[in-house]
Formats: sequence, structure tokens, C-alpha cells
Amino acid sequence: MSAGSLPILQVALPLIAAPLCVLLRRSGLAWAFATLVSWGLLAISILLLMHVMNEGGISYRLGGWAPPFGIEYRLDAVNCFVLLVICAIGAIVTPYMRQSVAREIAAPRHNLFYAVYLLALTGLLGITATGDAFNIYVFMEISSLASYVLIALGRSRRARTAAFQYLIMGTIGATFLLIGIGLLYMMTGTLNLADLSLRIREVPDIRPIYAAFAFITIGVLIKLALFPLHIWLPNAYTHAPSAVSAFLAASATKVGAYVLLRFVFTLFGVEFSFGQMPLMEILMPLSLIAILVGSGVAIFQNDLKRLFAYSSIGQIGYLALGISFASTSGLTGAIVHIFNHAMIKGGIFLALGCLMFRASSMELSALHGLGRRMPFTMAALILGGLGLIGVPLTSGFVSKWYLVRAAIEADLWPVAVLILIGSLLALIYVGRFIEAAFFRMPPTDAPAIREAPLQMLIPTWILIAASVYFGIHTDITVSVSQRAAEMLLGAQ
Amino acid sequence: MDILTHFNYWAAIALATIGLYAVVARHNMVKKLIGLSLFQTAVFLLFVTVGKVADGTAPILDPDYNLYSNPLPHVLILTAIVVSVSTLAVGLALTITIKRDYGTVEEDDIHAADAKDHGEGSNTA
Repeated sequence: MSAGSLPILQVALPLIAAPLCVLLRRSGLAWAFATLVSWGLLAISILLLMHVMNEGGISYRLGGWAPPFGIEYRLDAVNCFVLLVICAIGAIVTPYMRQSVAREIAAPRHNLFYAVYLLALTGLLGITATGDAFNIYVFMEISSLASYVLIALGRSRRARTAAFQYLIMGTIGATFLLIGIGLLYMMTGTLNLADLSLRIREVPDIRPIYAAFAFITIGVLIKLALFPLHIWLPNAYTHAPSAVSAFLAASATKVGAYVLLRFVFTLFGVEFSFGQMPLMEILMPLSLIAILVGSGVAIFQNDLKRLFAYSSIGQIGYLALGISFASTSGLTGAIVHIFNHAMIKGGIFLALGCLMFRASSMELSALHGLGRRMPFTMAALILGGLGLIGVPLTSGFVSKWYLVRAAIEADLWPVAVLILIGSLLALIYVGRFIEAAFFRMPPTDAPAIREAPLQMLIPTWILIAASVYFGIHTDITVSVSQRAAEMLLGAQ
Repeated sequence: MDILTHFNYWAAIALATIGLYAVVARHNMVKKLIGLSLFQTAVFLLFVTVGKVADGTAPILDPDYNLYSNPLPHVLILTAIVVSVSTLAVGLALTITIKRDYGTVEEDDIHAADAKDHGEGSNTA
């Protein structure tokens, strides 16, 4: 089958489906349609990745205009892999949404919910697929605006303030990105990423490029929620509806990491980013602090969603740490962690959604005795937690293995030690909820709680099982990540 | 670098700084959004300035002229303006729902209300 026009379908399909979802007024219909679209997207992304791995990159010209004048969608091993991750998360989370959304969001808004969700998906896929700098900005705003709305739909009124806080920070981040892109355009006269990466080396006056680099990096780091630009994330994840937390935790920050990779490696190049600009000296301490502070603060949380939101900040630290090494092992670790963390955190937040569905509470104390009553949900949480710690035979181990290897290759022993300390901190917060679920007796007047419905358990377990499967069979994810890492480093 | 020859750039920087300052320093949500809009508009000014070619005219093909300004930044900014308006709309919509839920749009009062809820250990409505 020809892969010629598949790249545009990744973006056009959810974009067209979103308004159709509004027209399908009934909740069930809108959900079924969104599920169908998300499965179609997954099929397309698998075809794309197979094509790229076998025959090399694809370039799609929007409207037939030749690059660099027209907009180009350019797919290679890096963004095909990220596309697959997002589509897989979408295809698994969408079937789950039906019951979770029915419970957590008022009925007349369901079709609108699915429409906004598809728009968020459009934005994330668009950022990943496009090869045009300005397009990245526009798609980033599409996905962000949709995310603000999705978060604001949470039940608590604090969801609205969390969404507002995210809106302010997200818009500042995106506008910084826009300033950076403007400066690049001013100096080179082009917006095509591949073209930019060539012309940027011929610019006589390098100072605006320095400024552009700084603006773009800060803007993307806000989206990525790297310490100390993470303050929007805990509130947003805590108060959003369960299915939205799972979707955003698994996909939005991963796309942020991808954009950082794309700008730092493909556009500016390793020599510029790490030689002329002190990216390593900035990114490495920040990501180490993120690992320690994120995991450390998570230990003291009594709200489960907030606990795992802080854990996400720590995990984003691992991602950024892998990028900061600028070596093949480090980048392989970072890219494989994009995939692994998406599976683990997606699975954990889906399991929390199951808990919310039955127990209607996210307090740690609500877990007491649930190990016996909701054995499948709790087992999923524990397996996911083991992945966060990085226990061997879980996928979290694979990412940390490459990160530690990268640290040792770079002769940075203290960094390797700090990575392990981060794992120990994760052990403590995972231990806390295991204790609450299995070793505490439920209060005598506790309401009877049953296991979550199958329609929610199956998606949860698919993600958790994937995180274990890819911890044992590492060749698929690692070979793709390694190829992507080599390509990013070779593109200088 | 003469201030007069680079007047637009200085204006863009000044406006962006004022806007960003308002976002950080103001605690009223509507004022924050005004600051945010100002910040974005300053960046639009920067883009449009970049497109200006000295002595160039509007890019409409005419045998009398052969020097045109670059129209591409204008087109980009047209898109960015749409994004900015949507952001403002979503921000204001959120402000309205916050006003309905909390009865205020002052961040200090909202934090106080949240702290009070938390202190009583009750789940917010």
C-alpha cells in the first residue's frame, strides 16, 4: 500500500471527526465514533512506522507546494515512533472513556467532550507529524486550548482554577516559542525545519539565533513541565476528569519531549546546542532536581492523583536527563522512556479512574482494604508502580538501564547514583499505597465496593500488560529508539 | 543601534515586558488575561515588523513598483491572531465559571476559599 498520503490523514481524520462528533448528539454515538476514529489512527500510525522502518522517511507536501515554500509533513523514525505512542494511548483510552465520562461529566455535554478530546488528539498528532516550525506553534495551541477545556470539565471547582493556571502558563510558553520562531524566520527567511537546519549555519550574525534558542527552549520546557516550570501540572492532573488525566499524562508531556528533541537536535544541531550553548549544564541539574523533588514531594501526598502527578514530574526529569547527555545511550533512554512512561502512567491513571468510579475518592485512606475487593485494579496499580521504580522485567527498568549506562559512559558517577536514589524515592511512595491497599483493614462501616466494570479494566490492563511485555521483550522498542537516537545525533 | 531606526522593535519589547509583568504581578484574572493579550500582541508587532522591507510597498503586482514588503509574516500573524482570540475566549469563559463557582475572580480570595475547604476536609462541590 502506498504511504503517500497517510501522514496528512493522521491530522485530518480527527480534525474532521471533531465537528461530526458535535453533530452526533447522543453520548453513545459520539463515543462509538471517537473510538472508531482512534482505532483508525492507530492503524495508520502502525502502517507509517512500518513504512519508515523499511523504506525510510516520508515527505508529504500539503496542497502540492514544494518545500521549503509549502508546508511539509516529514516523517522519520523519531516522530513515527511518537505518533504510534500517542495513537496507541488514544486507541486504548477512548473505549475506557464511555463509563468514566458518563460518571464524571454531566450528560448534555458528552458529545462536546468527545469533540474537544479529538481536537486535543489532532493537536498532538499535528505537532508530531509536521515539518514546519510555525505549524508546530499552531498545533501546540490547538492541543493546549483543547486540554484547558478538558481539564476544566473536572467535577471539583478547583479544576477550573487549575485550567486557568495552565492556560496562563501554557500561553506564555507557546508565545515564547512563537518569539523564537519569529527570530529564526527573521535571520533565515524560512520556516521549514529541514531548510532551517541548513540555513542556520550560514547566518552571519549569530546573536539572534542565541536568543531564539533560549526562547524556544524555555517555551518547550514549560510544555514539558520540567522543574521549575512544572507548577501547572500537579493541579491540572489532580482535578481533571480521570480519563483526561490518563490521556494527558500519557501523551501531552511526551509530545513536549519530542518537540525539544526536534528543535535541539534536528534544527539547532548537537554542536550548537551543547557546544555553543550550555544546554547540558542547564538541563542536567534541572532534570536531576526534578527527579529528586518530584519523587520526594510525591511521598508526602495523600491524594492519589496528586501523588502520581508529582511522580510524573520526576519521570519527566528522567526524560530530560536522557536528552541532556546528548549521547546515543542517553537519547535511546529518553526516547524509550517516552514510550515506557506513556504506557506506565497511562495505565496507572486509568486504574485510578477505576478506583474513582467505584470508591468516588482519591484519598489514600479510601484505599484501605481495597486490595481484596478490587484485586485487578490494585494489581494494575502495583505493577505500574513497580515500573515507576524501575524493577527489572518492567519497562521502567529498560529506560533507567540506558540512562545509568549513559551516565557511566559520560563519566558522571554522581548522576548514576542520583538516578538510583530517585528509584528509591519511588519505592517509598509506591510502598505507601501498597500498604494502604493490602495491609490496612477497611473501616467497619465501609460501603461495599465491587471490582470496576470490564470496559474500564481491559484498557487499564492492556497498558499495564504492555509495560511489562516491553520490559521483557525489549528488542522492538529499543531498536526503534536506538535508530531514532542515532538519526538525531547524525543529523548535525 | 539607534532607537529611532529600530523603533518598532523597542516598542515590541516594551509592550511584551509590560504584558508579561501584568500577568505575573496582577492577581485579578481578567487583568491577567489583558496582560496576556498585550504580550501576544507585542509578539505580533515583532513579526509584522520583520516583514517590512525599506521602501517596499504592499505586495500587489504592479508595473510601477518592483520592491515589495514580505507578506508571509502578515499571513502567519493572521493565524496567530485567531489563536490569540481563541485563547482569550477560553480564558474569559473559564473566568466566568470561576466567578460562578467561587463568587470572585481575585486569586487571593480563591486560594483562601480553597484553603478553607481543605482545612475542613470536605470535598469541594
